[in-house]
Order: sequence, then structure tokens, then C-alpha cells
Amino acid sequence: MYKRVMPNGEIQKLIITEETAKIRPYAVAAVLRNIKFTKDRYESFIELQEKLHQNICRKRALVAIGTHDLDTLSGPFTYTAKKPSDIKFKPLNKTKEYTACELMNIYKTDNHLKHYLHIIENKPLYPVIYDSNGVVLSMPPVINGHHSKITVNTRNIFIECTGTDFTKAKIVLDIIVTTFSEYCENQFTVEAAEVVFPNGKLHTFPELAYRKEMVRADLINKKVGIRETPENLAKLLTRMCLKSEVIGDGNQIEIEIPPTRADIIHACDIIEDAAIAYGYNNIQMTLPKTYTIANQFPLNKLTELLRHDMAAAGFTEALTFALCSQEDIADKLGLDISATKAVLISNPKTAEFQVARTTLLPGLLKTIAANRKMPLPLKLFEISDIVIKDSSRDVGARNYRHLCAVYYNKNPGFEIIHGLLDRLMQLLDVPPGEKKGGYVIKASEGPAFFPGRCAEIFARGQSIGKLGVLHPDVITKFELTMPCSCVEINIEPFL
Amino acid sequence: MADGPVAEVLLQRLEAADGGLDSAELAAELGVEHQTVVGAVKSLQALGEIIEAELRSTKRWELTAEGEEIAREGSHEARVFRSVPPEGLPQSELMRLPSGKVGFSKAMSNKWIRVDKSAADGPRVFRVVDSVEDEVQRRLQLVQGGQAEKLGEKERSELRKRKLLTEVNLKTYWVSKGSAFSTSISKQETELSPEMISSGSWRDRPFKPYNFSAHGVLPDSGHLHPLLKVRTQFRQIFLEMGFTEMPTDNYIESSFWNFDALFQPQQHPARDQHDTFFLRDPAQAQQLPMDYVHRVKRTHSQGGYGSQGYKYNWKLDEARKNLLRTHTTSASARALYRLAQKKPFTAAKYFSIDRVFRNETLDATHLAEFHQIEGVVADHGLTLGHLMGVLREFFSKLGITQLRFKPTYNPYTEPSMEVFSYHQGLKKWVEVGNSGIFRPEMLLPMGLPENVSVIAWGLSLEREHLLCTESCAVIMTYTSLLP
Repeated sequence: MYKRVMPNGEIQKLIITEETAKIRPYAVAAVLRNIKFTKDRYESFIELQEKLHQNICRKRALVAIGTHDLDTLSGPFTYTAKKPSDIKFKPLNKTKEYTACELMNIYKTDNHLKHYLHIIENKPLYPVIYDSNGVVLSMPPVINGHHSKITVNTRNIFIECTGTDFTKAKIVLDIIVTTFSEYCENQFTVEAAEVVFPNGKLHTFPELAYRKEMVRADLINKKVGIRETPENLAKLLTRMCLKSEVIGDGNQIEIEIPPTRADIIHACDIIEDAAIAYGYNNIQMTLPKTYTIANQFPLNKLTELLRHDMAAAGFTEALTFALCSQEDIADKLGLDISATKAVLISNPKTAEFQVARTTLLPGLLKTIAANRKMPLPLKLFEISDIVIKDSSRDVGARNYRHLCAVYYNKNPGFEIIHGLLDRLMQLLDVPPGEKKGGYVIKASEGPAFFPGRCAEIFARGQSIGKLGVLHPDVITKFELTMPCSCVEINIEPFL
Repeated sequence: MADGPVAEVLLQRLEAADGGLDSAELAAELGVEHQTVVGAVKSLQALGEIIEAELRSTKRWELTAEGEEIAREGSHEARVFRSVPPEGLPQSELMRLPSGKVGFSKAMSNKWIRVDKSAADGPRVFRVVDSVEDEVQRRLQLVQGGQAEKLGEKERSELRKRKLLTEVNLKTYWVSKGSAFSTSISKQETELSPEMISSGSWRDRPFKPYNFSAHGVLPDSGHLHPLLKVRTQFRQIFLEMGFTEMPTDNYIESSFWNFDALFQPQQHPARDQHDTFFLRDPAQAQQLPMDYVHRVKRTHSQGGYGSQGYKYNWKLDEARKNLLRTHTTSASARALYRLAQKKPFTAAKYFSIDRVFRNETLDATHLAEFHQIEGVVADHGLTLGHLMGVLREFFSKLGITQLRFKPTYNPYTEPSMEVFSYHQGLKKWVEVGNSGIFRPEMLLPMGLPENVSVIAWGLSLEREHLLCTESCAVIMTYTSLLP
């Protein structure tokens, strides 16, 4: 239905120079001839470009669209790249000329355009398109020139798409021209334009390629779970603007994929369209005959058992964030960040997401700080993952399942936390004592703990964590006021 | 209290009284606070029909603090009069006296004193009469003595205007004999004791009645977090349906498993800095299954397995970039890849519920971390109808029975469906999940047989929790301690 036609006179040419290669190498172009805009169509034309810019063009980084009033210009057009100081023009909706450097500054505060400046800002050369009289059509991907601005009265449109992805540029051009060719005098026709590449090669655009795909009717039925005749399926697909007919042995459906459907890249895309035309809610719901025996992930099974027993021991479960600030896991606990082997995040929006937690303690202390009005004692626990760098893993980091409990009261309650640990070991069937498979606590020290009130816990032959009374510095750094004891252990050895 | 002295006296007086007695009067007679009598009345009432008590409201006139002072010392104007000697007093001196300012004008209007403005050393105050009757003081003393009714209405309101008198509402009880009246009341027991049981003395003792409308003593228990209780529920549902739990204990993931293996192109907006947390350290994944990686690269850039592909330059460096996983579908991909390596193929049902991370700005409805629930079924010949059937069973275990499906788009499923359910409370259809059939471009490079389909669905634990509890701020879940 959509046709590319040759112009009556000279074909419009867009010549790409080699300077664009380093910054924005690809360009395609086409002409919409004798178009009739109304206010609604005009607004829709602008909106389509915006929508395309946001999704398929990946916010103009991959492709940028420029549409121009052809009657104000004269070809051939040149797409080149120049030093910012050498580019000077009157941009869209402004009253005087500016250099590209000035424009970069001006648009820094423009809420709409400021997001696109980074694409070319720090490059030595900026892309720019001229006509044969030196009029600037646009400086992609930022802004068009005012001279060739499109209005409701525009009759002939020159469209150029520049970018870093050739396939996408072609798709985007196809979408715009097919959509608006409806309003051309010669309906559904698009006038061709020629693009000359730096190596001299000539390409004619838009491609408007139609292709044919073959899908078996029984495949569609099988994948969707329906029982339609091939003829009905062809009708459904045709309703979705995928012109189809039954051919061959009566089981094959030949489908014509128009240039407006660049999203159809596999038979499953066609199958989805058939299902949509059939109506999802018309499909009969059935249960698969898949017979399986379920298994729990052992670490989660252990976690669930321990959670219930911790609550039974009188502790309240907290749920805290896995991401936190560097201070939370280092400075506030008297450690240097380099000693923590923490995973660091590169683009946090706030300080609260600088690192992944290496201990559950800060989260629990912050929870206490947020609940100061609750009656004492506050007895909290959390059984959840922490993250540590580990070069033996494929990604270079791994999770550990930790259990952490805190007791916050007018007295530190070390014996209560110690008692909790004893109870946990009892539940895990770990007897007290250094004998094989048993547990023992040995005096230890740590910057987060009050001197003389800290112990390391050894179970099943390895150190699993520490318990003790928190150091007053830690307590005040987390904006707390009462004494506090805690225990934190790795529960993975108990699987 | 019921066995206290006041109560005893009350009962005795009641026996002697004709008809009944007033609690306030009794209090005055006994010289105790009215509240003590009220307390005795109330505790006697609790014993049953011993007394009847009727609440009465009476009005009484009382002196204010100033009124009491005047009753004692005399009115301001009388004091002014008394402080003027026969030879008179300079007005300036008079005004300096404590009652001077207030009493002067009243004494003048009563014509008790006069001012001679022409006196030599300033205006001088002289007595007009020899003596005065301090009416105000007399009236106040009447009220003090409990004889306020002797004053006229006009007189009383005048004193009230001068803020010397107030009207008070007094609630008293009119106590009369009840049907089970007796002057002797035995002491009541509160609780059964071991001695009573062994001696059997409980049989002869009266027991104080319980107040069943009071609250009991809450046990000193710990609590599980409400959101995690919902997680336990979902785990239970999956296990009941035969789904095996996938390992998801890895928050850090490579872009390869999080995006590329799922056929999400490298230029996709979701791989933007804005939506995903990328890592500074460790920045890149060092180990990737390279022959699989090559198949994925080819599928993205050139197509294959019946697909056109995306036709762009796929870069290994981009795939190596580490991030905080944006969905648990990366864990599903790993699980399906492991499944594909086992020959011959056996069908599987997997699930996971774990934390995922999005680089969002926090507000009441958006979190940077939340929990994703995911279910996956891999088998021969699965259809969209099967997916809908599984969803129906899954949601009906949550009590959600009305489901409708709407077409949607996911980069790695085709067909894709949004799942809607009718929310009784909100009276509208709300989205409860997202689902679809994984694309062949994702499954075939893994090595899964061609006629194996994998259906999958997912929802967020926090959203589910919100819908069930109708609470507005999801962020409160992470900082407050809900008992």
C-alpha cells in the first residue's frame, strides 16, 4: 500500500561528508509531497517525532529526526560536522543567530533540550546540515533551524534522520513517512530522496520494504491454545494490518509485513498479533500437565524456620534496605571503607545508595532511630543478605545470608543477646563446647564494640560472627541514646 | 473501698435516713472530700443491689478567689473609705494603696467620698459620710455561709459581673436503699489461691466480680514483618503448586544475564544509567560462558533461530558491565540455562521471590529496592491458554478469582499479557501482574529444544501487599515497626 515514488523534477540529495564518521555517521532522508495539514494533524506530526525520540531513538542518542519546510530551502543538502564555533544560525523559535557554543549554554537551562546536549557537547566537531545556500536545517540531535520551520500551512516536507544506528534510522524514517503519507495529495506515496555516503555510494530512501513471511496455521493454534481454521487465522492477521492469505497445502499462511511493523522479527511476533485479534479473554484457560515435585532452596528453608523461632524468642522482625551510604558500613562502625570489601555503586542518585551493605547492623540501628517513640526494650532482628566482593565468583561478588539481632534498652542486655545466641545454637542442633560440630565464644575486640564486651563466635570449626555491647561512638553516630547489644552471624555454615 | 470507713458510715446513715441522703451533704457532715464519698458510693454500687444511686446535678454559688478575699477583708470601696482620715488624703497617695484604683470609683459613685480639686497640694479626698455599710462584703459572706438563696437574682448577677461569684455545677448522688440493703458487707476475695483450693475455703468466700470489659495482658511476644509474612504466603502457594525455588542469593549480576541473555538489546532505554544501578567496583564480570555468549551475540546482531535479530553491533564490554539486578528474571535465565544443559530435557516449574533494584528517586509509591515474585514453567507444547490457566490457579489461592488479560510489551516475552483483577475495595480493575511466553531468541541459544515453551509471570510483593492492605505509603514498610 505504501509506495516510494520518484519525483517529477530533480530528486532531493543529501550528501554526507566524512567528518560525520566520528560523531554521527548515518543519515537517511525522504520527502512528503503536497501534504495537507490541519491543526490536529500538525500537532500529531510533532508528537510522533517526540514519541519516537523517546523510545526507539533512545532519547535521540541513536537517531534524531529533523523535519523541514522544503519550500524554504534549496537542495542539494550537505550533512557534515564542524567546530562548534564555526556553526552559527538562528535556531527554532529564537529571534537571532547564535554560535553552537552559545546554544549549548542557552539550552543548559531548557527543561526539554538540556537532556540531549551531552550527546555532542564534549566532541570536537558538532553535526550540522546545510542547504545549498548555506542555510542551516538543523544541528542534530539538539535543535532545528528556524528558517525551515514547519507550520500548518507547509505543503512539502523534507525529512532527515541522523544517528549512530543505521537500522534504527531507516526504521524511524519509514514510520514517519508511512504514518503521514495518508495526508499527501497522492495518498500513501512518499517521494524518494538520495543519500550520498562519504565513500561515494548512493542510497535511495525511504526503503519502505515489504517482506513476506510464512507461518504454519497449526503452529499458531498450538502456541496460543486455540483451534481456528487457517482461513480464520488469515482473517485475524489481516485485521491486525498484516495482510495474510492461505497458500500451498492449505496449512501455510503467507503474511505480508509492511514497513510500519519493524517490530515483527520472529514468528512469535505474528503469533502474538493473531492472539490479540482473537482476544486474549476468549482463549480457554487450561492447566499444563507438567508434573513436578517442588523443592525449597535450602538457605530459604532454613531462613524461614529461624525467622519464626526468633519471633517466638520475643524479637521483632525488621526489613531494611540493602543499599546504604559508605558511612553506614564504615565510618559509623569505626572502620575504613577499604577494609570492608564492599561493592561500590557507580551512579547513585543520593548518598543513600553508595554501597551494598556488608552488615545488617546499620539497618537495624537506623530502624531503632526511626522508632524512638516505641517503648523499651527494643528487640529487633533481621535475616537477610549482605554483599561482599569475591573474585572467585563470575561477577566478582557474592551474597551471604546473615542473621542480626539487637537489644536496645536502659541496660545493654549482653546476657539477653548471648541467651538468644544459645537458643539459636540449640535450634540448629549445635552443642556448646569446642568438640567437633559445637560452638564456643571467645573474647575478642572490634572498633564497633565496647572494649572488654565483645566476643567472636566459632561454630562447626569456623568463625561465624561476633556479639557484644556496642561502642558508645557507634550508638551516638546512629543518633541513638541507650546502650545496645548485638549479635551478627553468617547462617550458611548451618545448611 | 467498699469496706472502707466512709462506706460503712454511709450505709449506717442510710439505714437511719428517711428516703435517702445526698452525697455532698454527707461529705460536708463527715468533713471529707466529696470525691471520697463518691468513691464509696461507686464501690458499693459494684457489689450489687445494696444501694441505689441517682446522679443529680445541682447548681451552687461559690465565691471566686477575689470574692473570698473581699469576704475576708472587705470590699475595695469600703477599704478605700476606711483609709481616708477625717482630715482627708491626697488623691495621689490614695491611688497608691492596694485597693485604691479599684475602690476609688465605686466609693465615689456610692457617694462615700468626694474629691476637692482645689486643695493646695493637689486633689484631696474627703469622707462624705461618717460610716458605711459594706453591703458587698455582707452579701459575699452570706454566700460563703451557704445562704446564697437569701440574695436576690439582681444582686447575685451583679456580684457575678464583678467576678466575685461563680455558679458551679455540682454532681451529687442521691443515695437510697437498694433491694439487697444491709449495713454489713463482707470483704470480697479477688482471686483463687492455692490455700483456698487445698483447704476448700473457696466455697464459703464471696468473690469480687470480674470486669470483662477491661483488656487482658498482652503476651510479651516478638513479631514477624508484615511484608515478609506475605512473602511466606507466596512461597507457600508456589510450593503447593509444585514449583521449585530457584537460587537468587546474588544481588550483583552481569549485564549479560540481566539483559543480553534475555534478548534485551544493548541500546534499550532500560539499560540507561537512569534506571539501573551500575557498579564501580567490581565493574565487570570476569567469567561468562563464552560459547553461549557467542550465540547470544549472533542472535542480537544478525538474527538466527528464525529471527531477524536487532541488527546492531553487539559489544562484549557492554555485556560484562556489572549491576544490581533489575529483575529476578536474570536468575530465571540462569536456571533455564542450567536446565538446558541437562539432556534429555525434563519439564520444570521454578519460582523465586527476592530483592531487585531500580535507580529511582524515592517517593511514597516508588522504592529503589523492592521484592519481585516470579514463576516459570518450562515444558513441551505450552500455550497462552496454559499460562492463563496457571495464573487463574495462582491468583485464586490469594482469593482473587476474576481475572482479565490485556496485551502488553516486554522485551523478552512475546506474546505478553498484563493481568488484571477486580478490586472490591477500590471498585475498579487493577493490575496484579505481568506475564508472557519467553521469546525463542532467548530460549534457543541456551540450548533448549525447539518445541519447549517457557511461560512466565511476575508481580511485585510490595504492590501486592499494598493492594491487600490499602495502605498508601510503601516506604513506611521499610522504616517503621508495625507490631
